[in-house]
Amino acid sequence: MSVSSVMPQTTSQAKPSWRQTDAEPFVRIEQITKQFGDFTAVNNVSLDIYQNELFCLLGGSGSGKSTLLRMLAGFEAPTSGRIIIDGVDMSHTPPWERPVNMMFQSYALFPHLSVEANVAFGLKREGLPNAEVKKRVADILDMVQLGHLARRKPHMLSGGQRQRVALARSLVKQPKLLLLDEPLGALDKKLREETQFELMRLQEELGITFIVVTHDQEEAMTLATRIGVMNHGVIVQTAEPHDMYEYPSNRFVAEFIGNVNMFEGTVVTDERDSATVHCNDLQGLVYLDHGISCASNQSVSVAIRPEKLRITRDAPNTPHNRCEGVITEVAYMGSQSIYKVRLASGCEVRVTQPNAQRDSGDRLTWDDHVHLSWDPDSSVVLTS
Amino acid sequence: MIKGNSWALKLSAGFGFVFLYAPIIALILYSFNESKLVTVWGGWSLKWYGELFRNEQIMNAAWISLKIALISATLAAVLGTLAGFVLSRMRKFRGKTILSGWVTAPLVMPEVITGLSLLLLFVAMESMFGWPAGRGTTTIVIAHTTFCLAYVAVVVQSRLASLDETLEEAAMDLGAKPVSLFFLITLPLISPAILSGWLLSFTLSLDDLVIASFVSGPGNSTLPMVIFSKVRLGVTPEINALATLMILAVSVAVVAAIVIMRRQNRFQGP
Amino acid sequence: MMATSAPSDSTRLSLMQRFRALGLGRWLVIMMPMLWLAAFFFIPFLVVFKISLAEAMISVPPYSPLIEWDPNNAYATLKVTFGNYLFLFESRFYLDAYLSSLRIAGISTFFALLIGFPIAYLIARSGPTARTVLLSLVILPFWTSFLLRVYAWMALLKKNGLVNDVMMSIGLIDQPLQILQTDFAVYLGIVYTYLPFMILPLYTTLEKMDLSLIEAAQDLGAKPWRAFCLVTLPLAKPGIIAGCMLVFIPAVGEYVIPALLGGSDTLMIGRVLWDEFFLNRDWPLASAVAIVMLIVLVGPIMFMRNGNKEAL
Repeated sequence: MSVSSVMPQTTSQAKPSWRQTDAEPFVRIEQITKQFGDFTAVNNVSLDIYQNELFCLLGGSGSGKSTLLRMLAGFEAPTSGRIIIDGVDMSHTPPWERPVNMMFQSYALFPHLSVEANVAFGLKREGLPNAEVKKRVADILDMVQLGHLARRKPHMLSGGQRQRVALARSLVKQPKLLLLDEPLGALDKKLREETQFELMRLQEELGITFIVVTHDQEEAMTLATRIGVMNHGVIVQTAEPHDMYEYPSNRFVAEFIGNVNMFEGTVVTDERDSATVHCNDLQGLVYLDHGISCASNQSVSVAIRPEKLRITRDAPNTPHNRCEGVITEVAYMGSQSIYKVRLASGCEVRVTQPNAQRDSGDRLTWDDHVHLSWDPDSSVVLTS
Repeated sequence: MIKGNSWALKLSAGFGFVFLYAPIIALILYSFNESKLVTVWGGWSLKWYGELFRNEQIMNAAWISLKIALISATLAAVLGTLAGFVLSRMRKFRGKTILSGWVTAPLVMPEVITGLSLLLLFVAMESMFGWPAGRGTTTIVIAHTTFCLAYVAVVVQSRLASLDETLEEAAMDLGAKPVSLFFLITLPLISPAILSGWLLSFTLSLDDLVIASFVSGPGNSTLPMVIFSKVRLGVTPEINALATLMILAVSVAVVAAIVIMRRQNRFQGP
Repeated sequence: MMATSAPSDSTRLSLMQRFRALGLGRWLVIMMPMLWLAAFFFIPFLVVFKISLAEAMISVPPYSPLIEWDPNNAYATLKVTFGNYLFLFESRFYLDAYLSSLRIAGISTFFALLIGFPIAYLIARSGPTARTVLLSLVILPFWTSFLLRVYAWMALLKKNGLVNDVMMSIGLIDQPLQILQTDFAVYLGIVYTYLPFMILPLYTTLEKMDLSLIEAAQDLGAKPWRAFCLVTLPLAKPGIIAGCMLVFIPAVGEYVIPALLGGSDTLMIGRVLWDEFFLNRDWPLASAVAIVMLIVLVGPIMFMRNGNKEAL
């Protein structure tokens, strides 16, 4: 709680532009729809992205995130709607005239050209003098630490090196907007983590707006200033990573990002600063410390993250926000343990607990009878 | 693992390969036969190679055939590349189905039909426009270009189909307009396919008897036409020598082409 | 901000550029091969059809004009005759020639499949190096002269050729057999020269096939032979269709093989057309023969194109 007050106050004065109501968006997507025959890949999407953002489009395969990215790059023309980049309508501008560059999932390095020639390709299309092309290529290759491999052909590079060549090639033209399609998808786990931070560092240094498409929610959480979750061609929620996790606006987002326990219930009371929901699954009342602006008797879903649940042998001394059951599964993961608890209603609940002590003598195990409880601010009520 | 390659399979495949190569090997051996009676072995000799090079009719025909093959293979490579590109890279347009039909049909069209139809066209064109005046090298080149074009188009099309389309998108994204995109990215990447299409066209043109017989004029006999008129009367040792030389040349070229293609593929991925 | 003034100008500019870059260029690129094929592949068929409706004449060119212009009365008459087609159907000879071409092509295609399949299967199941070598061995004859490969068989099949010599020396026969100038020699010639066309499409489909499918079938209790019939064969169907059509269609109209290896009684329609054209100089009848052959082959050609789409 006190951590934020200790931190220097400079951060708060540079309030991110997406939180300012009067900020001018840098990329404006207005009611974009893309149809392929009968199939609607992107359905009436509107989205504003601001200068210097690292925006992640997150979704499963077929959610429309790649189609949206391809429309930003200019490879697909929208069926309807507008794309405005830096104040200019680019909806039907061909890709070679857009101030936008893309890093492809496959990297798409030209196999017949050397690393140097790959990076120089875009600059030469601008008709820049040779000396300047040379200098800028050398600079950007040094920046991604590939100066010594400039003469190599792409097939002689490792996966991580190819990824950095692709990045250099898309950055060297100093685009206003960089699109990254699953930029880390082809890397192994360890390299992926390193590269995540590398990407964030580059983005901050160069001040270019990034839009990243990914299916990996952890990647999106780490990288993004804001995340847009897509499903069936629609953006279902746009929020900062923390808000996306703690305050999902609907069931899809709650279940897509992280793990969650979901209980069906009906609203009993709803006041300005508190609410209660009755859940059959929990055989009791869920008490919340804030209003949910619902009609009473409305059926809702109550979402509780597994790590927000406390698991104890002894009964907690609260009237609400509790239930009991039997442990059916235990998975020891090292830093934490996952328990599955079957409630009397037959419903299974997932609980995670950090393994704070090395040897807690009284470890919970199969068939133990346990009590679960949670705080009034831990659950989220979802209506859709 | 499956022991898929059982002895029965290997035996029957082996029989197939013997079937493919035995006649060619016999032909090569006979070309070194001293005896005039082709099938009676009279000892090793290069006599028939000498005869071959002194035979003016064959040498003339070979020269004509080479010229025709060079020109039509080049024309076919250009037009076929365009056709293959149109078929695999251009979005649907009216006439695309027709074009793809026109590109595949010549591959299987019986040669007598192609030959007859082109001859009748040339005759009709001559009486209507006065061109082509008579028949000869020009008409053979047109005919050969037409059916070789189809082979080039198919080879190029399949190479383009296996080529990662994001490479072309990446070039566009980096500012390449369609024309520079084609010459800087697409063309270098499909050049092995175009080269093999050109080689294929060259050998097909060099080898064609039926179509050339229809559309050639007097005094323009190609090599296959001369060979045909000779072998119709029976087996002749000079033709054995000629066949050996041609098979040798083609084998060297094909093996070289395969080695080059393999190296290219290893570098460029699928 | 700067948004309001920029868009209209830039869209107009880019539209112009796109017209130039895509519109005209695209049109040119499409039109070059299209026009060539229209002029030298498609229109010739129309000419053949037109001439098949004319009558043979001793003139240059040797057929009657389709439209006769009477200068005295300024009167044009359309002279169309179906006589050539009627002649084709009335005469036993042409009907027999068509049927015998289809039979010879069909039988040869069957044997080409029988010989080609094991080869294709073996190549598809070989290691990478062996695969390249074997595939090259299949492709190599395909590149060498067709005419010379047919010619090679003449030397082997002659009365005193290698085949007869070998068979006599191992005591299989006492008298040299008449092999050259028989239908058998024609089958042999077609199978031999068209074998690569059978093997390559077969190999392509077999190579794409997942080996674990056969393992799965065997794991589920199918004996190797049944696994082959139930899994390999159905999956290889597109390749089988493509291979068979690539052999069958050109074989129907084959001229060189029956002319060099066949006897005088080996009846094939390609040879009939050739003789009608070069020996009898009856261009209209030759055209009618070609048109009917084309109609017979349209079915298989369509079948092949559809089969190919399935395979891709």
